[in-house]
Parts: sequence; structure tokens; C-alpha cells
Amino acid sequence: MTSILLPESEAELEAIVHEAAASRSPLAIHGGGTRDIGRPVQAARILSTQAMTGITLYEPTELVIAARPGTRLSEIEAALAQNRQRLAFEPIDYRPLLGAHGEPTIGGVTASNASGPRRIQAGAARDHLIGVRAVTGRGETIKSGGRVMKNVTGYDFVKLLAGSWGTLGVMTEVTYKLLPEAETETTLVIEGLSAERAVEAMAAALGTPFEITGAAHIPGAPSRTYLRFEGFAASCSYRAERLRAMLRPFGAAEAVEHADSRAIWRSIRDVEPLRAAHDEVVWRISVKPSDGPAIGAKLAFALDSRLLYDWAGGLVWATAPAKGDGGAEIVRAAVALVGGHATLIRAPFALRAAVPVFQPETAGVAAISKKIKATFDPSGVLNPGRVS
Amino acid sequence: MSAILMPKPDQRVLARRDEIIAGLARLVPPASLITAEDERRAYETDALTAYRQIPLAVVLPETTEQVSAVLAFLNQEGVKVVARGAGTSLAGGALPAEDAVVLGVSKMNKVLDIDLPNRTIRVEAGVTNLGVSGAVSHLGFFYAPDPSSQLACTIAGNIAMNSGGAHCLKYGVTTNNVLGVKMVLIDGTVVEIGGPHLDSPGYDLLGLVVGSEGQLGVVTEAMLRILPMAEGARPMLMGFQSAEECGAAVAAIIGSGIIPVAIEYMDRPAIKVCEAFAHAGYPLDVEALLIIEVEGSEAEIEDLIGRITTIAADFNPSNLKVSQSEAESAAIWKGRKSAFGAMGRIADYMCMDGTIPTGQLPRVLTGISEICAGYGLQVANIFHAGDGNLHPLVLFNANQPGELEKAEAAGADILKLCVEVGGCLTGEHGVGVEKRELMIHQFNTIDLDQQMRVKTALDPQWLLNPHKVFPLAARERAVA
Repeated sequence: MTSILLPESEAELEAIVHEAAASRSPLAIHGGGTRDIGRPVQAARILSTQAMTGITLYEPTELVIAARPGTRLSEIEAALAQNRQRLAFEPIDYRPLLGAHGEPTIGGVTASNASGPRRIQAGAARDHLIGVRAVTGRGETIKSGGRVMKNVTGYDFVKLLAGSWGTLGVMTEVTYKLLPEAETETTLVIEGLSAERAVEAMAAALGTPFEITGAAHIPGAPSRTYLRFEGFAASCSYRAERLRAMLRPFGAAEAVEHADSRAIWRSIRDVEPLRAAHDEVVWRISVKPSDGPAIGAKLAFALDSRLLYDWAGGLVWATAPAKGDGGAEIVRAAVALVGGHATLIRAPFALRAAVPVFQPETAGVAAISKKIKATFDPSGVLNPGRVS
Repeated sequence: MSAILMPKPDQRVLARRDEIIAGLARLVPPASLITAEDERRAYETDALTAYRQIPLAVVLPETTEQVSAVLAFLNQEGVKVVARGAGTSLAGGALPAEDAVVLGVSKMNKVLDIDLPNRTIRVEAGVTNLGVSGAVSHLGFFYAPDPSSQLACTIAGNIAMNSGGAHCLKYGVTTNNVLGVKMVLIDGTVVEIGGPHLDSPGYDLLGLVVGSEGQLGVVTEAMLRILPMAEGARPMLMGFQSAEECGAAVAAIIGSGIIPVAIEYMDRPAIKVCEAFAHAGYPLDVEALLIIEVEGSEAEIEDLIGRITTIAADFNPSNLKVSQSEAESAAIWKGRKSAFGAMGRIADYMCMDGTIPTGQLPRVLTGISEICAGYGLQVANIFHAGDGNLHPLVLFNANQPGELEKAEAAGADILKLCVEVGGCLTGEHGVGVEKRELMIHQFNTIDLDQQMRVKTALDPQWLLNPHKVFPLAARERAVA
């Protein structure tokens, strides 16, 4: 029986990690349990952040919020909604795709460097995280950044901890900058484009000054290509009209507004169209946008993949049969040809234990990463194996 | 003597100077190696001119391979290296040491590739900040971070210091606009981090490298994000009779859901000097002046200016003036961007760079005035109001004995105040030598030790820009 440790304070957490490091007894770090991604962690004990909750600072006029790691994302979003503010990086909710239950936490959002369709315009969690406190594998609490918008004081461990999947430190408080919610949004939808043409259309759109905040393509019959505008109503309709005229060579574009537009992007953010059957795995592939269609075509041919293109073609979500290596060899070879990375987001436990889940790093990068890991967690007790 | 101490040069290295130069001569072309004292003197300081150290030698490699060979050699010989972009650091980030070789990237200044469909540009690190935008402006694109020194400063330096600028309120700072780098480690290993795709898995080494002040490696190439230019942009001026009202107006504008591209603040002394220099039409009878810039189509600009004007009306603004032409816009920005230079015409100054929570603005401005008055010094405030990044210019006379020390002491007190109210020592200039000893006010021993462990892991002998960022005493602890 795996035991679960539930520290309620930074001091308790320090003591637990300190003891774990001294006895070289690994810990699996858990938040809300909604993103079971990565390789299975070999640890007898689970360290959960569920008892470290609560918003610790929210200054709407300064566009800043801080919370303990186990705080539910839904609680944060509810607080922000009262002031018409938001986390602009639009973090994905993995529950539909992974068939997970539970509640995503802000710690999990941070540890996975979550983002969404707005990534292309606003950045990922790493770009909005401005401060972090964390207990390292040494059982010591470090801080980086703070609560101010611009800060270059000391090394940027904020970035290093974002997306570290709990392997460098257990976060005890994260601070994010915020943006105002847009007054409204409009989405242009063009039907019937091939992936190649869709990526051309999206590149053309992103080359205009019209501030596209989402650009996605979903193949199908018919395929649909989506371009999102956000802001004040008059500005959204102006930009949508200008772009609609410019994109006429690609076909007629229909405008979808307000709640209907939001529903489209929530579905794209959470990759709902690929909600996988039990005999399918799901890959998340990041390449430069113009390389997306060729990757997609290869996988559709070789693995019968169902596809969704986000980030103007730069983010390819692809299903593959959950047998053999889950398509790993084919996916990795396709990505290697153009440069980029592929992550096996959803797959059965055994498959994730058998093939690398994350893109193998180049020797040079891997050597640096290993050295950095050793400085934060010399005993290797934090989530051992998860990202290897 | 100035207040910031420099460690004594390593006599063993100085004694081997000829040998080290001979070694370097085998690795780079003759024109890339500077050894004569009068030529080395050109590299003795950066924009923190109070500090000067003539380096052992200067190398200006032409390729990544040469950088690799030079670093591998210096690592083997145990010789310190100070990487240098254009030498515009206000924090002494590029200050050499007598026992160090300066490695300048100025000869690596080519634009390598422009990829419009994917909105990226790949450049050698010695390209200037403005040179990046210049390479794509005819295509309707630009590179967003815009430090005031953008005409001269290099991408290498921008990456080292994670530079910002007036327009980062909307577009982010360097770290949000760099997609990848080619970097040479101290042992000569060349690594490529990131690329045209987003968010590589594994640790965010790119995020770590940006802002590491040349202490982890030497960046020789960068892949940058470029953006389409807005349809139009227009600055407006708005005066206020007090810092409180001005600060409240900024909070109200941002709170309303409008993020202007820039909100710049100047106080009365700064306005006077900048107006005399640029003739920008700044009002001289206000305590605080905002330059607010918005972007978009003509209609969008009109709409945003209307909204901002309405919101600001509650805070007793005066001298409201919207730019009516390209020439007026240019003059308004010229005044702001040349502020430091203009100030330099009337006095020597120390430029501070703390960031504070914006709600603390009135309190901190009062505190800054009191601190400077306490030292018998004048101060002018010019800063990025939207994000709370302050640039108090502490004015002094370098020819008057003791004044520099007073200015430094006042600057240190100001930065401590920034930290005390929940802010930080530096928002965009970097720690360099200038704020090295102040790090203990923001970080405790555990924090600093962890940062220094990372430094040690990548540069075990502490050869890369070694006397920067960390307090000398802390550094001794790390090296021991």
C-alpha cells in the first residue's frame, strides 16, 4: 500500500523531503491527479500538495495573484472572474483527453508548463509565472522571482521550475501575472481546406496586424480552420472583417461570436475532438508551423492517426494505435526529420514504461539537464524517472 | 575609490600574459585579437563608467567554432572570460577584469535566416537589437523588446540581461521573445537549446540562460520571434499634479481591461531635461507626465484614446495631448528614449532599475525623494509605469570627491526600499557588479547557494564573468 503524505505547511514539507533525501527514499509528487503524464514514477510514498491550498495574494489593480500549489485552478479562475481577469496562457484541462477525474491544481499547471491555443500570442505558463517558492530535493526552500512584473534579479529559476514535472522542487507558492478578460471574442471559420492550405491561411493571418489569439485546424468532412480575435467588440468585428476579406482566396469565412466562439476554443484547448478510444494513444507534437501538415500526413498514413492542429500548425495532436510502441518509432522519425519534439501524452502504463514519453534530448542538452537536476535534487528523490 | 570592490587580479595569470596571448593567436585571425594597451583600453568599461579595468586581452571571434576554441583554451588555462556585446550595460555586466580576457561578439553580426511564415529570425548574437527589427521592417515585421540602447546594444547582451524596454508591457521582455540559442559552454562544447518550435520538453534551459549575465555560457546565435507591425500607433501625453493621482490613473487604465503598448512616467526634473533636449512638447508645469501609446487601426486608436481619456478624467489630468503626426510621435519618443543621454548632459548619474508593486508607487517615490535629499543629491524619475519598473536617476558630480560614493549609497538605499515593499533590485538591467553586494537583501543564503550551485555545475572554475551577480563573500563560499 502506497502511503500518502499531506504536508500542510512549507516547514512540514521541508521536513518530509529532508528525511526522504537522507534515507534516499523517493517521493512521487501529486497535485490534483488530473495529468498522469510521463513515465511511471518508482516511489513507495506519494507526497501530495492537496493540503497546501489557498490564494495567498490577489491584487486586481496590480494584475497579480499568488496561491499555494494545491489550490484548485477552478477556485483561482472563479476569483479572477469576479474582476474580469484571467490567466492569459489558457491552460489545457487534460481531464477529457486522459479520462481523468479530480480537480486540476495551480501547482500542476505550473509543473507541466501548461498552455493552450493562446500560446502563440500570449505565451505559456512559463511566460506568466513571475514568482515561485519551492522545496528542493535538499529539503530547502528557495524562492525565485517575486510579485512584480519585471524582475531579472538572479538566475531565472521561475522558468526552470515551470515544466519541471516536480523533479527539481515541490512548489509551495506560485505567483502569476494576469491580464484583463477580453470584452468579447470572434472566430472566423473556413471550411474545406486541406491541412497544407489551412496552415498557409493561418500563417497569412498571423502575418497581419490583426492580433490573432488562436489559429487551429481540425481535419474532417468538412475540415474546419479557426481564427480567433479577442478584445473590444468594435475592434474584433473590424479585424475579423479585414481578415475575412484578405483570406477570400482560401474560401468564405463564417464568423462565430461570444459564447459559441468560447465553446469552440475550449474544445480545441482540451483536444476534445481526439477524446481517445481505449485502444488509442495520443501524441503531442511541437514543430515549426509549416512542418505540421507533413508530420500529420505521415502519421495519418502510417498510423491511421486522427489529428488536430493548433498553434497555426505548430502543435499537432495525433492518435495512434495502443499497440507495439504506440507509434513511437514512426513519430520520432518524422519529428527528427524536421526538428521539434513529441510527447506521448496518453498511453497505458505499460507502454509509458516501455518507450520514452518525452522527446529524448540531444547529448549536450541532456548533460546540462543532468547537472542541474543534481544541484537541486542530489539524492534523486523527487519524482524519479518521470521525465527520463 | 569607489564603493564596489574588485577582487585582486590573479598574479599567476598576469605573469603568463604573453603565453596566453600566444595561445589565443593560434585560435583566431590576427584582426580578432587585441593586445595593445591603447586598444584594450577601449574595452575597459561599459555604460557603468565609474568602473574601469583594462583586460588582459580582447578576442573578437568570427565564428562559433572560434568561440569554442577560445573558451576551451581559456578553460584549460584557468583564465577568466568576460563576454561582451556592445558594452552598454548600466550594471557593469560587461566590466572586464585585469586578469580576464574579453570575448566580444561584435564580429558575429550576420542575419542568418528570416522565416516569415513561421515568424522567426535567426541571427548571430552580435547583431544589434535595432538591426533585428531593421532586417524585417520592410516586410512589415519587428522584434519586440526595445531597450533604450537599442541602436547599439546586441542580442547577445539582451539575452544575457533579459532586457526589456518601453514596449514590453504588451509584448514581453527578451525571455518571452527568444525561441532558441546556440551557446558555447566554458569547456568549448557547443549546444543548441530550443528552436523554431515552442516549449521544448525537459528543463527550460532557454529560460535559465536568458538573464544569466554571461555566467553559464557564451551565446553565439539566437532564434527570435518576430511580430507583424501594428497598423498604426499613437502616443499621447497626460500631465498630473501629483504622483498619487498619476499612479491611480495608471491602475485605473490597466484595471479597465486596456493594456496600452507602453505607459511611461517622468517626474518634473526629468521632464525639464528631456524637453530641453528633444523639444517634444512636454508640459513643464506638471509633477508627473505619462506617455501612453496605443496601437491599432485609426478607429481602434481613436476608441482606445477615448476610453483612456475618460478613465483618467477622474484623476485631475492636465495638458492632455494626443500626437497629431508621425513627427510629433517621433519627438515624444525621442524625448523619452534619449532621457538618459539628455540627463548625462547636465550631470553624472546612477541609473537605478528596481521594480515595485505598482500600488506602492506614491510611497516609493516619496521615499526616493527623501533618500536622495538625505544625501544632498537630486533625483529624476523616468520609468515604465505600467509594470512598476522604476529608473530613478541619482544625479551627482563625479569631479567632486565623495559624490559618487554618496550616489551609490543613495542608490543602494533606493533598491533596498524597492525590495522592502515587495519588489526587486533590478527589472531589466541586470545585477552586474553594481548590485552584486545588494543581492543579500533580496535573497537569503539558501537562495544564493542554489543559484551558485547551478553556476558551479556549468562552470566549475567560475571563469565566466565571475565577479558579477553574486556577493564576493558568497562567491568565495561557493568556490570553496
